[in-house]
Amino acid sequence: MMADPSNATRPRLSAILSGWTPQLVLVPTLVAALVYVVIFSLWTIWISVSKSTLLPNMAYGGFGEYAALWQSKRWIVSYQNLFLFGTLYVVGSLVTGTLLAILIDQRVRFESVWRTIFLYPLAISFIVTGTVWRWIFHPQTGVEKALHDIGWLSAQFDWITDRDMALYVVIFTGIWHSSGFAMALILAGLRSVDADLIKAAQIDGASMPRTYRKVVLPTIWPIFVAVTVVLLQFAIKTYDLVVALTQGGPGVATTVPAIVVYDLMFQRGQIAQGAAAAVMILVALALVLVPYAIWSGIRAKREAAHHG
Amino acid sequence: MADTTHQSFDPLATGSRARQTRSRSIVYLLLGLFALLYLSPLVIIFMNAFRPLEEIVREGFISLPNMLSATYWVEAWSTFCIGGTCEGVSRYFSNTLLMTVPATILSTAIGLVNGYALSKWRFKGDTWVFGLITLGVFMPAQMTLLPWAFVLGKIGLSNTIAGLVLVHTVQGISFTTLFCRNYFLAVPDDLIKAARIDGAGFWRIFRRIMLPLSPPILIVCVIWQFTGIWNEFLFGTVFTSGSNQPITSAIVAFSGSGTGERHYNVEAASVIFAALPPLFIYVIGGKYFVRGLTSGAVK
Repeated sequence: MMADPSNATRPRLSAILSGWTPQLVLVPTLVAALVYVVIFSLWTIWISVSKSTLLPNMAYGGFGEYAALWQSKRWIVSYQNLFLFGTLYVVGSLVTGTLLAILIDQRVRFESVWRTIFLYPLAISFIVTGTVWRWIFHPQTGVEKALHDIGWLSAQFDWITDRDMALYVVIFTGIWHSSGFAMALILAGLRSVDADLIKAAQIDGASMPRTYRKVVLPTIWPIFVAVTVVLLQFAIKTYDLVVALTQGGPGVATTVPAIVVYDLMFQRGQIAQGAAAAVMILVALALVLVPYAIWSGIRAKREAAHHG
Repeated sequence: MADTTHQSFDPLATGSRARQTRSRSIVYLLLGLFALLYLSPLVIIFMNAFRPLEEIVREGFISLPNMLSATYWVEAWSTFCIGGTCEGVSRYFSNTLLMTVPATILSTAIGLVNGYALSKWRFKGDTWVFGLITLGVFMPAQMTLLPWAFVLGKIGLSNTIAGLVLVHTVQGISFTTLFCRNYFLAVPDDLIKAARIDGAGFWRIFRRIMLPLSPPILIVCVIWQFTGIWNEFLFGTVFTSGSNQPITSAIVAFSGSGTGERHYNVEAASVIFAALPPLFIYVIGGKYFVRGLTSGAVK
């Protein structure tokens, strides 16, 4: 504006500018999104094939870090953990969420109180969740100690310090945190089901569980897909929960990919390999999200054709 | 109750009266058991923030308290030593507050205008712009750590709360733009057209028509952003250190270190300080919280 040579062009320029207001307003966000999504991604991908170690070195170094990553035992364990954790966490949250939603759907009294109780963990950070549950699960402070104190001296509950069982502690805590989310969305789905459909089933003599299993739940299956995708996303990105609950231990028993990324980048000074691990997380996310995006796109189109 | 749309269907109203009573008690029994499971961590930690340390060490966390004292709350807030500084969690609490409030306001304000521009002023390529912005919702934080560290260093915001505000604002805009754009799509285009014929411009329509319509989505954005940023851990840990860290990092700093004497009661009180603000927001705005979840997840 300062460089504007003559006064005569000023109103015309501002008129032109005002015609472009919507686009101009979006420019800062567009630039930020371009940098954040595109440039940062390419940057990290480049680091993963560079010669960086403790400090960035942007010279091309090939795909050796990916090979090294997939040969490291820690990474393999973390990936296997992700599969087991992801599967049981998603299934567990869905089952618990569905059960809670159906229970609440029985015209119970104080519905909003129940809902508030089951959903509040979601408002609390994974750090707080993990810290509290660690105290509860730890043999020295939690359930085992309480059982000893009431006289059951041989009671043993030390999953959190047991290599083979620690991951199930993480899974349980994850389900505790997220099943309310599944409940909220599934309950919204249950409420959207056509009441006539249910009445028809009941007139046919179907019992309550049967009505849900055969009529209600099948009609809201797209909601289950959506919840699954969101939860899988949570699972792939899981980091804070494990840090607060078990710190990846005992040993590497509960290590997940996001922890490996952090360690490689900021603890071990292997920036390139850390970046490679981060790219693998992106790949895992893409494997979940791209098919979902395509599927929802097709469904939206089909639905539009249906109504059009 | 208030749910009139659902009146016509009562799945339990089948079968004999005895059977109805029985199924109804099973429903309440199950709900009660689950409620116990969900609430117990909250109760346990709250109780232990009042108990003397030797009692917790002797009896563990899950035990009825004999002696209660509120001094651990004061200690947790003002004198508890975390990572070398003995200023309690108040310092980290205010760090988080100073990070969360500006980032929430900025990302919500920008998202609101973006959502309006993308839904009511369609232009060529607008869906691409929207698509790119919403991709930010799915970006794993791990992909952005090294670039952010570099950028924050270059612009002199390493280890500052301002740096975290920037990171959270950029990430948050993706969410708020998505929420607001989908919300504003439901506003009739005729309303905008009529205003434009009357000579109203972009900002005038925003102020006069869109802003008065936006409180519901504003609340959704504020709740979503506030709880999300307050609870965030990874960025805070990577981009700040020592006494500049947010409260989530402070909790990991004292609870994660296996060495030294434990102060379970003070730690429990500190953890509650960290959990309280988002919990408070959730309890007063629960309905909008759920709405945010639904629109954020399904769309």
